[in-house]
Amino acid sequence: MAIKKIVGIETEYGIAAKGKLSTNPVSASSYLVNCYAHAMFEKNTGWDFTDEQPGNDARGFLAASSVVPLIETQLINIVLYNGARFYVDHAHPEYSSPECGSPLEATLYDAAGQLVLKKAMKKAKETLSENEEIVVYKNNSDGKGNSYGCHENYLMDRSVPFSKIVDEILPFLVTRQIFCGAGKVGSENTKDKVDFQISQRADFFEEVVGLETTTKRPLVNTRDEPHSNSEKYRRLHLILGDANMSQVSTFLKLGTTALVLAMIEDNVFFKGSLRLEDPVRDIKRISHDIELTYLLKADGSKEFSALDIQYLFLEAAQDYVLKGGGEVVGGDEIAKQILERWENTLEGLSQDPLSLYKTVDWIAKYRIMDAYRNKHSLNWRSEKLAAIDLQYHDIRDDKSLFNLANMETLFMESELRVAEKEPPHSTRAYFRGKMLSKWPANIVSANWDSIVLDLGGKSLKKIPMLDPMKGTFEIVANLIDETNSVDELIEKLES
Amino acid sequence: MSEREQKRKPTESKEVTEETADELVSVHTSSSGEKLKAEMDDLLDEIDEVLEENAEEFVRNYVQKGGE
Repeated sequence: MAIKKIVGIETEYGIAAKGKLSTNPVSASSYLVNCYAHAMFEKNTGWDFTDEQPGNDARGFLAASSVVPLIETQLINIVLYNGARFYVDHAHPEYSSPECGSPLEATLYDAAGQLVLKKAMKKAKETLSENEEIVVYKNNSDGKGNSYGCHENYLMDRSVPFSKIVDEILPFLVTRQIFCGAGKVGSENTKDKVDFQISQRADFFEEVVGLETTTKRPLVNTRDEPHSNSEKYRRLHLILGDANMSQVSTFLKLGTTALVLAMIEDNVFFKGSLRLEDPVRDIKRISHDIELTYLLKADGSKEFSALDIQYLFLEAAQDYVLKGGGEVVGGDEIAKQILERWENTLEGLSQDPLSLYKTVDWIAKYRIMDAYRNKHSLNWRSEKLAAIDLQYHDIRDDKSLFNLANMETLFMESELRVAEKEPPHSTRAYFRGKMLSKWPANIVSANWDSIVLDLGGKSLKKIPMLDPMKGTFEIVANLIDETNSVDELIEKLES
Repeated sequence: MSEREQKRKPTESKEVTEETADELVSVHTSSSGEKLKAEMDDLLDEIDEVLEENAEEFVRNYVQKGGE
């Protein structure tokens, strides 16, 4: 039986600064995170790095050519009241959502992350001189061959072999971009020139499986860092997705992927999974094919379009939910929403892709750019179009071209404001966020699976939180509400 | 991307003759088409208003190194 899919999503934002910070993206990113920290907290709670092992490989070995990711402990790194992590990663500000109990909740907390960045930009603007500003973009490419990621995390059962997950999810992963690609003008790192493509990120993949995230990027990442009980769980870390502006696209991406992973755990594809001839080639070709006519070769001589493959997964998922319900993705209602949107989107893609301009990023962006190009008689190589592409991902209300496109949203502004400050009820993020808001002075540091407390004595006390499904509102809300000090809390936890 | 012919399921009652149903569909299609075109014209004007000053230079200078 599949385990409930706890979901998280991390977004590295692109950053541009005017003025003295313009030449140093690391300083500009630090400045932003600091501005938010000063505005929201009297004291920052730092990140605890002692348990981080980004070099562990899910395949059980470390390939000789692998470059182990560095952990940059010296850069600012804070924990938010909603249980998220906001920090500087490499040369970008990054927001990692808290662990969420459903794909819909993860979509909400990803959108709340945009509020965090917006607030940080506003504070930065207030403190910088008149000609200075820091602006962030929720995209994945600078259009010049450099990419930055939007990573997804899904909790999985450790007993399912990693190679089985990779084999069975690949056909789904390389084709899902047709509904969750963020769109991009031109191509990068390739001789294949295209005017416009479906994905921001597809041009950057070179391997099928691997540990790297910054070079030789793999379709399936092998980082084996469960941030939980490693005998029981695996955290599947996917690095191939685009950061979406459309909430519907984010929800579809997380929802369909979570369902497919649950089906893999339940052996739905045990004997029937497709074997793609060349998935690295396919992800690029599909991205470059906005007519959706490219045929992937699989199982020897068979050919499938991206839509064919998505329909195969959709039909399997409909059958799976019909038989087993939707608890694995947070309940029947959420499963129903995922399946309905998935089906409607595939139908739209097969009949009239442009009809999806209110929900699918690449289609909304293509539609705007094509109209603009016609109006001004521009060539697709025009820098004006590259500027429109970039500014689609601007998250400032008055500058975002995504905002102008007036697309369908899933959450009201008031819900986002709550999610910026309140943790989800469904996971251990509740305990992390509530501890932080109730006893900020006692919390020395926190990370995904523990909190370190200062009880005033000589040593510090670490509370492990190894199970993402414990520490929820249901389990600990009364305990936290009815306890007056951290000492009392420790007593109760240990009794 | 070529705009493919949109398949519509007629929602009119069965008593309406095929001819009038077709008319209804085409009237509906052209009025919503015009509305969409007007919306797009407004949107394109707004884009010119909010685009960064010196948009071409701005996008040329947008270089992001050191990402995952």
